[in-house]
Order: sequence, then C-alpha cells, then structure tokens
Amino acid sequence: MAPAIAPSRTAPQYHRDPMPTLRVAFITVTLLAALGACERSSPPTAGSSARGDSSSAGDGAAIMPTSVAQSPVAPLRWGGDAEGGAPFVEADPANPSVVRGFDVEIAALIARGLGREPQFVQVAWASIEQSVERGDFAMGMSGLEDRPALHERFAVSMPYYEFGEVLAVRAEDSARFHTLEDLKGRKVATLSATTAWEMLLEAKAAHGVVPVSYDDDVHPYTDLVAKRVDAVLLDNIIAERSLRRTGGFVIQPTPLAVGHYVAVFAARDSALRDSANVILRARMRDGTLETVFRSWNVWDAQQAAYQQRVLQDSVRARAATADSNAVNGGVAVARPRASIATYLPALLRAAAITMALSILAMALAVALGVGIAAGRVYGARPLQLLLTAYVEIIRGTPVLLQLFVLYYGLSDVVRLPAFAAAVIGLGLNYAAYESEIYRAALEAIPPLQLEAARTLGLSEMQILRLVRGPQALRLALAPMTNDFVALLKDSSLVSVITVVELTKQTAIYATNVGSWVVPGILCAVIYLAMSLPLSRMARRLEQRWKLP
Amino acid sequence: MTSPTSAARTALRIRDLHVQRGDKPVLLGVDLEIAAGEICALMGESGAGKTTVLRVVAALQSFSQGQVTIDGVSLAPGAVPPESQLRELRRRVGVVFQSHALFEHLTALENVMLAPVHAFGQSRADAERTALQLLASLGVQARAGAYPRQLSGGEAQRVAIARALAPDPHLLLMDEPTSALDPARRSALADSLRALAGQGRGLMIVTHDMEFAQSCADRIVVLSDGRIANPQRNS
Repeated sequence: MAPAIAPSRTAPQYHRDPMPTLRVAFITVTLLAALGACERSSPPTAGSSARGDSSSAGDGAAIMPTSVAQSPVAPLRWGGDAEGGAPFVEADPANPSVVRGFDVEIAALIARGLGREPQFVQVAWASIEQSVERGDFAMGMSGLEDRPALHERFAVSMPYYEFGEVLAVRAEDSARFHTLEDLKGRKVATLSATTAWEMLLEAKAAHGVVPVSYDDDVHPYTDLVAKRVDAVLLDNIIAERSLRRTGGFVIQPTPLAVGHYVAVFAARDSALRDSANVILRARMRDGTLETVFRSWNVWDAQQAAYQQRVLQDSVRARAATADSNAVNGGVAVARPRASIATYLPALLRAAAITMALSILAMALAVALGVGIAAGRVYGARPLQLLLTAYVEIIRGTPVLLQLFVLYYGLSDVVRLPAFAAAVIGLGLNYAAYESEIYRAALEAIPPLQLEAARTLGLSEMQILRLVRGPQALRLALAPMTNDFVALLKDSSLVSVITVVELTKQTAIYATNVGSWVVPGILCAVIYLAMSLPLSRMARRLEQRWKLP
Repeated sequence: MTSPTSAARTALRIRDLHVQRGDKPVLLGVDLEIAAGEICALMGESGAGKTTVLRVVAALQSFSQGQVTIDGVSLAPGAVPPESQLRELRRRVGVVFQSHALFEHLTALENVMLAPVHAFGQSRADAERTALQLLASLGVQARAGAYPRQLSGGEAQRVAIARALAPDPHLLLMDEPTSALDPARRSALADSLRALAGQGRGLMIVTHDMEFAQSCADRIVVLSDGRIANPQRNS
C-alpha cells in the first residue's frame, strides 16, 4: 500500500517529534523515561489519558463487548514517546505520571473500542517500531508517519490525521524562500529519520540544499531564529506549536507535501490492526476524532476534507486490507540488499565524520589533559584546586549535558558551528579523563629518578620534558588507547547537536528499512574496521616504546 | 692512597650541620672536610644519618643549622633553594645513587650526555665525545647503546659514575657503591675511584663495607649519634 505522502515524495520516512526540548525539559524527560521503564514492568497508570476517558472512548465502538470495569481482559499496551511532547504525547503538567495528547486519546479510543483499558508504555520514539515488533506492546503511536517501509514489516492502521510538511523561515526571508528550490546552498533543518529529512536529502541532490538533522523538534526553530539555519521543514503541527512557543519566524502557507499519522502493530497482529481500523473509522464517522483534534487545537479544514474523503472512499481501507494480506503472507523483509547499496555510501561518509571528529577531539583532549595534569602536579595550590574542580565537574556531569550547554546554552555568547562544538565538547570532556591518566602516570615515576635528574642540573621543566614525561607516556599509552576507542564510540552522542555521524546515520537507515539487523551489522563492522586498526597501532607503539 | 696536604684545596666543608626529621633530630652538629683528591668513607650504623649527610650536600634535603660549602659554593640552612639557584652547585657535585637511578628510557650514552647537553649547553658532538671517553675510562664503552635494564649491576654503576662525572664535578658523592658488586668488581671500583681522586676530585663514599673503605679511602669517618665519632686516617 502506498503511504499517504502526497506530492513528489518517493522516499519514505517517518514521523515526528522524537526527542523533546532537552534544554527546556531535561529533568522532566528523564523522569518520564524512568517512569516509562517502570511501567513496562508495573501496572498501568491511570494514565493513558483523562481526556480520552471522558470524551468519547467508551461510547459504543463497533467492537466493545464487555464492561471495561468488569472485564478480565488484559489491557491494551501501547507505546509512545512522551518526550515528543504535545500535542501528540506528553506528560501532564498537573500530574507528570500521566500522559496526555491527541495520540493518547486516540489510543484510549481504540482500547476502549476493544473493550480493554489502555496502558501506556514509554519508549524512545526511534524505537517504537522495533518495540512493537518484539512484543513490548501491541500498538505504537506517537505521531508516526505513514511510509512504504512500514507496510513491509508491520500491520499499519488507516491514517487518522493528515498533516502538511511546511517550510518555516525568518520573517525577512519570507518573500524569497517558498520552496526547497529557493534554498540552494542554504541550511534547512528538520528531524532526522522523517519524511521531511528524506525530502531534504532529495533536495540536496536536486537543488543543492544543505540538510541539517536534529534529534528534537525545538532546536531547529531556535536555531532558525538564531540564524544557524535558514529554514525548517517539518509537520505543520510542530511548526505551529513552535511558532506559538518560540516565535521569531513565519510559516509559509503552502505545504510542500502532505503526510499522515498512523498506528503500527506487529505483522502478526493484523487482526488487531483491522479492529483498530474499524474503531477509527467509526470514531471518524461519529465525530469523536474531530472532537479530540479540536480539543488539541489541531482540527482544520484540511482534516475535515481528509476525513470526508476517507469516509466516502474505501480505497484506503482496501489498501490496508491488501497490506494485511501481504503481511500475513510473510512479506516482511525490507529489501536489505537494496538498502545496503543505497545507504552504504552515506554510512561511509558518516564514518569519515566519526573518525575525523574522534581524532580532532582526542588531539584536543590530549593537549589539554597534559596541561591539566602538569598543572595539578606542578602548579601552585590555587591552580591545583581550580584544575581539580574542572576535572571533577566534567567527570561528574553527563557529556550529553555538556554538549547541550556548549552548543545551545552558550549560543548567545558564542555561536559555534556544530562540528566545532562537537570537537570542543568531546575534547573538553575527555581532557578531564586524560589528565587523570597522565597525572597518575607522572606520579608513578619513582622520586629517585627526579632527584637524579635534579643532581644533574636539569630544571623542573627539563625534568618533565626529558625524564618524567617520556617515562610517564609509556605508562599512559595503554589507557590512552582505551580512551580513544571509547571516544570513537562516544562520538555518537554528538548527533544531539546536529552532527550526523555513524551511529546517527545508522539509526536513520534502520528507521527507513524498519529493521536494525542489517544496519546494525554494517555499523558494527565499520566501527570495528576503525577501532581494530587503532588498537593494533597502539599495541605496536607499546611494543616499540616498551623498555628493553 | 692519596694523602691530602694541608695546602690542598677543600672540596667539601661541613660545619655544625644539624638536620631534624619532624621533631626527631638526625644530625646534631656534623663537622667534616674533604680535600680535593681525597677519598673519604663515611660509615656508621643503619639510620645513623650517613645518607642524610650525602643528601644535604647534594642539595636534595634541607638542614636546620650549620653551613655546607662545596668548592666555594655555600648552602644555607632552610629550604632547598630552587634549581635555578643551584646551577653552580650542580656543576660542582656529582652523585651516584645506591640504585644507580639511571633513566630507563635512555641508553647508557644518552644518560651520560643528558646533563652536558641540556643543563650545561654543550653541543651534542662534544657531549658525545666526552661521554664516550668517560664510558671508555670506566670500561663500559661497549655498552654505550644499551638501556639500563640491559646492563649488569656493575655496568650500571659505572654508567652512573660516568653520568655523574659528565659535568666534570669537583666532588663526587657515592651512596653504598659496593652493594651490588662481587669482590672482583669491588676491587675494580676501588681502582676507578682512586683514579678519579688522582684527577683532583674529592670523593665522599657512604658505605657499610669496611673492607672496601679500607681498600680505597684516605680517611674513614664514623657517624654515630648524629655526630662524627672518630675521624681517622686510613692506613
């Protein structure tokens, strides 16, 4: 079945709103993630939405056999990402242990229609489909975009909402940037692993647009206002929400494409999907969905037209059935070979970025680490205290937080390019760890060696450079190598500040093909191809420098 | 055996040296003179303070009272001065540690060249020539390219002596030089030390080895209860 992406989009992708605004809601999100994890193994909260309960969920869906209150039927576990935020799924500000949003209410409608209670399971947005497949929950919803790859591996519901991919630009550019073609050589931001991202990749090839990938839907707009990017391409719901929240830009009125939100089920659950479709269609017909969308302020003429089309035309339903048959027939493979050919060049480019980033960050970490270690060993007391504080602060806080602060938090003071921020962020973080290695190595040199050097008339600096340093370096080499390999892998964290390195590219690949098997193996092979030679080179150096 | 004359230049003069370790007194007024060309063996029981005397003279340890003069360069009581103020003393005093303390990452030749090149500004060519001569004079030229761990105890000690002599010091301090040597090597070392004294250097040898001291020293002084107990001339 063809997905509901209108104009010229051949490439699929998905969705929405994966990560939230970590800067704004970092703590809340962390708590939510923890709560979500708890919910996997514990009973549901009242949770999946107060609104859904009261508005319409229970009002006689086509399939609603028994009283919910008395039913022994297991709850309908559904997964979404509260980190995505309103209006899809978000923590209720009044009670953060409960989620709300129009996806929450629709999930409740479906659950109640099945005579079951909804039970929300928190899951990272990028993992929703994989979690459905492995049976963590029966249904995935969180602004998931319809796309062809979904239908190859999953039972996909009928689209329940139609959105437009809209271009947001700064006010002064509104007269000249209307389409992607107008943005040749310009940076255009969007969420990674979405339809919009695929559109930007196509526009890159066709028009020379420079796509910039984000892991959340807030920073594309703040960076647009901050002039880090020239435009943002995202769903109209997200754009409008950001406009209300952030302001400082305009949304071009004409969507560049149209897409639809769907719910996903495991291929084996196609019967459940069919039941959900019946419920969705019924709720569409009786106006319940409209009520839900209106309550979240996302109802517009486009939705009215879309629902009318759906109700009058059974094409989509037939297509869904056809999909179901295909899935039941075992067509659940995402053409891995074609995927490899398609994505390998991008993976290799991302690997080059990972390697360059790691080398530069390590060089910075080593240089700073040596300075810090020397300062802690030789410096005056105030300097020692200052450097110790630096090391403890850096080691005691997550590198992810440091990257956010460096890239977004300090953007009013210094507006670093993403790659430079990544190098500096990782370099500053690893410098703390390197300095501890060097300090320990320096202090491991026997005092008698230093006294012998002093009796020869060498200055303290000469002793460090000619006697203590070279011997310490030999001691530090093995842990340094370990750190470099670790840095190679930690470099994946910089995707949060828009650098598309190997792991991020792999996630995009996996999302597109709907499986982590082939992308994961390829990614692992590439990482190994980079790290094993490093380890080997380090062993050779160790041998070469080994004291006879 | 060389006998210093009263007219001989004084390589080391120690007057009323007091050293405290915390509240515990270690040296309680040591007086000692070593003339140029004289070999003085400093003996005493373990813990008597022999190595402390050596470390004070080498400006590795502070002292609380007294005066130490090495070939005209004086050390005052109090904290050890920064290295920048010890340049003249470093040129005048060479130290050979009990465990040799050769730099493990450098060859024997590089160990010997280190101070002349980096501390005293000699050209590498001159320093290498001098270093090879020193190693040859001590019988270890063939081991110039070896790293310390590749040397025997005797070889390492001779390389350490060569390293200490490279700046051409007037006073050579040695801590337990025979601790790792067999009798044949001791005899050879005694010959070497006498040759060095013959060049006009003063030598202070801290040792437990009475036989060795008697075989090569001009004078044996015994340190006891923080003082020189019985200065005597070796016969």
